[in-house]
Amino acid sequence: MARKLPRKDVVIIGLGWTGSILANDLTDEGLEVVAIERGPWRDTATDFAPKYAADELRYAVRLDLFLQPAQETFTLRHNESEEARPIRQFASFLPGTGVGGAGVHWNGQTWRFHPDDFVLKTHLTERYGAKFLPPNMTIQDWGVTYEDLEPHYDKFEYLCGTSGEAGNLRGTIQKTGNPFEGARSRDYPTPPQKLNYGPSLFATAARELGHQPFHQPSSNLSQPYTNPYGVTLGECTFCGYCERFGCGNYSKASAQTTILPVLMRKSNFEARTECEVMKINLDSTGKKATGVTYIDASGEEWEQPADLVLTCAFMLDNARLMMLSGIGKIYDPKTREGVIGKNFSYQTMSSVQMFFDDKIFNAFMASGAQGMCVDDFNGDNFDHAPHGFVGGGYLGMVQTNARPIETIYVPPGTPSWGAGWKKAAKVNYNSAIQLTGHGSSYSYDDVFLDLDPTYKDRFGRPLMRITFDLKENELKMSAFLTDRMAEFAKAMNPRQIAKLPRKGPYDVTQYQTTHVCGGVIMGTNPTTSAVNRYLQSWDVSNVFVVGASAFPQNAGYNPTDTVGALTYWASKAIREQYLKAPGPLVQA
Amino acid sequence: MADKTAGGQAVAASSSLQQTRRSLLATTTLALLFAPFANVEARTFGGVLPWIPESADPPTPFQPGGWHYFDAREASTMEAIVERLIPGDDLGPGGRDVGCAVFIDRQLAGPYGDSRRLYMRPPFAKAAATLGPQSQDGPAAQYRRGLAAINAYCRTTFANKEFSDLSPAEQDTVLTGLEKGTIALSDGVAGPQFFKLMLQNTKEGFLADPIYGGNRDMAGWVLIGFPGARYDYRDHIEKHNVAYPLPPVGIMGRSSWNQKS
Repeated sequence: MARKLPRKDVVIIGLGWTGSILANDLTDEGLEVVAIERGPWRDTATDFAPKYAADELRYAVRLDLFLQPAQETFTLRHNESEEARPIRQFASFLPGTGVGGAGVHWNGQTWRFHPDDFVLKTHLTERYGAKFLPPNMTIQDWGVTYEDLEPHYDKFEYLCGTSGEAGNLRGTIQKTGNPFEGARSRDYPTPPQKLNYGPSLFATAARELGHQPFHQPSSNLSQPYTNPYGVTLGECTFCGYCERFGCGNYSKASAQTTILPVLMRKSNFEARTECEVMKINLDSTGKKATGVTYIDASGEEWEQPADLVLTCAFMLDNARLMMLSGIGKIYDPKTREGVIGKNFSYQTMSSVQMFFDDKIFNAFMASGAQGMCVDDFNGDNFDHAPHGFVGGGYLGMVQTNARPIETIYVPPGTPSWGAGWKKAAKVNYNSAIQLTGHGSSYSYDDVFLDLDPTYKDRFGRPLMRITFDLKENELKMSAFLTDRMAEFAKAMNPRQIAKLPRKGPYDVTQYQTTHVCGGVIMGTNPTTSAVNRYLQSWDVSNVFVVGASAFPQNAGYNPTDTVGALTYWASKAIREQYLKAPGPLVQA
Repeated sequence: MADKTAGGQAVAASSSLQQTRRSLLATTTLALLFAPFANVEARTFGGVLPWIPESADPPTPFQPGGWHYFDAREASTMEAIVERLIPGDDLGPGGRDVGCAVFIDRQLAGPYGDSRRLYMRPPFAKAAATLGPQSQDGPAAQYRRGLAAINAYCRTTFANKEFSDLSPAEQDTVLTGLEKGTIALSDGVAGPQFFKLMLQNTKEGFLADPIYGGNRDMAGWVLIGFPGARYDYRDHIEKHNVAYPLPPVGIMGRSSWNQKS
């Protein structure tokens, strides 16, 4: 039986990026806020010390900072006729846990989505006609526009101190920066990071091919920066231990380096770590949340009553908590009714490796987000009519590291072991690099999340089941994007290239990205979305579900900037509208 | 505004929680749920940026000498295998001399070996390889069965010889057969999967920080030109197409730093 704790104004599930931002904003409103975090307390000096942070085996291979599958995992099947199996060890995507969440070990690649991405269904239907889309593709408009989100993108980027160069300043296209991006109200807070040799070579080739290459926006900072909360970040040193690692140098934006030093000092905020929320509690009407029940690390169960519940967990856990709490109807692919679990999406990654004779790249010197890109083949920046698919991605030289266990590129046909591999590793390690294509992943009526009928977690609760495979549209897009990359690669004049388009079936053992999206999607209609345009549950108005779980489909960009923008957008609605008159912010 | 009472009560609840922990451990199986997570304790923080003295978690350097998981026969088999996967030659030392077998031994004796961090709940059922490994055995158990099966195959095929007694060419033939699945192993061992595991772990041992027992004298890093556990390349990042001038360094430094002048 759960022991009941004193009531709080707000309970936040998960103290990562989104939870920290909301906690900080709502404590500013004078509210009593508690965050319940299933993982440990983590901070820079104690947990990411430079003395031992540069440990590839521990952090990048054994995945020391990530969610351990023993605590929670997910099951996977490619389609409804296959039996799902548990993901016993993470590889394809790597969920975070602990204070700071996945923001601790991200790369800092900080992209805005294109204005078209937020009205995708309308835009594509108007340009190409409804019949151009695959019949079971279920893309939707978001219910929020780029113009709505622009001030909130700006706010998140100024929280992080993001290093970059504007391509579109208040509607004027610039000579540097991404000429395809939506209008920015002002330039980035800090200038772009310095470039290693590989990105520099790519940029030269891209200009020769007639494109405008630009610096990847990086939340690993080019110079020291003090954010609006008064928290100071340091200059990135290109150590090459970024994604999968905590930053010991205070130069990668995370909750730890941007917001927790302010939030944690507030007397009206509390963080409880190693405490896992079991469910959101509802009153007898099922229309109002009364708080959450959680189990702490000693196994004791607690009830935390609260007036407002903010679900800020990893996106798969947001969806799972809705299902376990009975909030909203779980999506049924047979009837296509129900919304919780609908429109799961991912990211369609591909690459081209290049092998040179006469180059020294030193790609081990890198930040997680340095690099040069072009955006000509993303979203609907090019005419899709001749190609028979929709979507796209940015491409560029954005190699984040050359840590040797993970990253020794050898030419196709090289033996995987023995003297042949050893020689090829020596010859190619420092003279081979990789271009990356970061492709979109659109949604389908037979790609979804629900509860697994067989496999349970350590508390006996059903695991989340993922039904996902790569679809023909995405595979065609990936082949196209990879062919374009190969053209850039050839212009860089290597001895040999290897094209690696994404191929099906989806392989959970191959790292791709952690950009899993959807499941609690936002929209304008409660029959096709789980939360309204302010991320408020259509069914239980004092529950907001914040994160990439809200994406109706995923664009050809990294999601964190959009997650941050949506968080500030939802926060504004909560502070300026909901707190004054608690109840639905949009009438169904 | 801040309500200190609510915060205080929550802290009190947290400490009463710690008082009840012992009885809980004795009386409920719930505690078993947390068995994989050593030293885990729920904590409440508020009003201050927490600083917990001595809470840093540095790695534990491997202890040289002897085998922690392998028996003598497994160790000699493993040493022979890692030396064929990455052979010593005129480019530099191979898997045996850089300590890949020692590395694997220490890994299997630790948390990696017994899969305590992985999802190990039943049912264990066959699945397409793209759904990920579904073995009931952790890596340690897979090595125990896999190495025994390789030696059993060698004894049958090569006049009662163990793997380590074979010529390098014969050893390569066996490893190729494992990799390609063309030789059948006893005890239900799947050759290609076990080969893949050994190759991954051997490369880890060749290229991981020397603190874990492999990559002796940073020979793996010297071979390819990786400078190791460095933390600041700002002075070289814009020196394009120029080799980095400094030798590799590990988490514990380098041996030349530790010699008395």
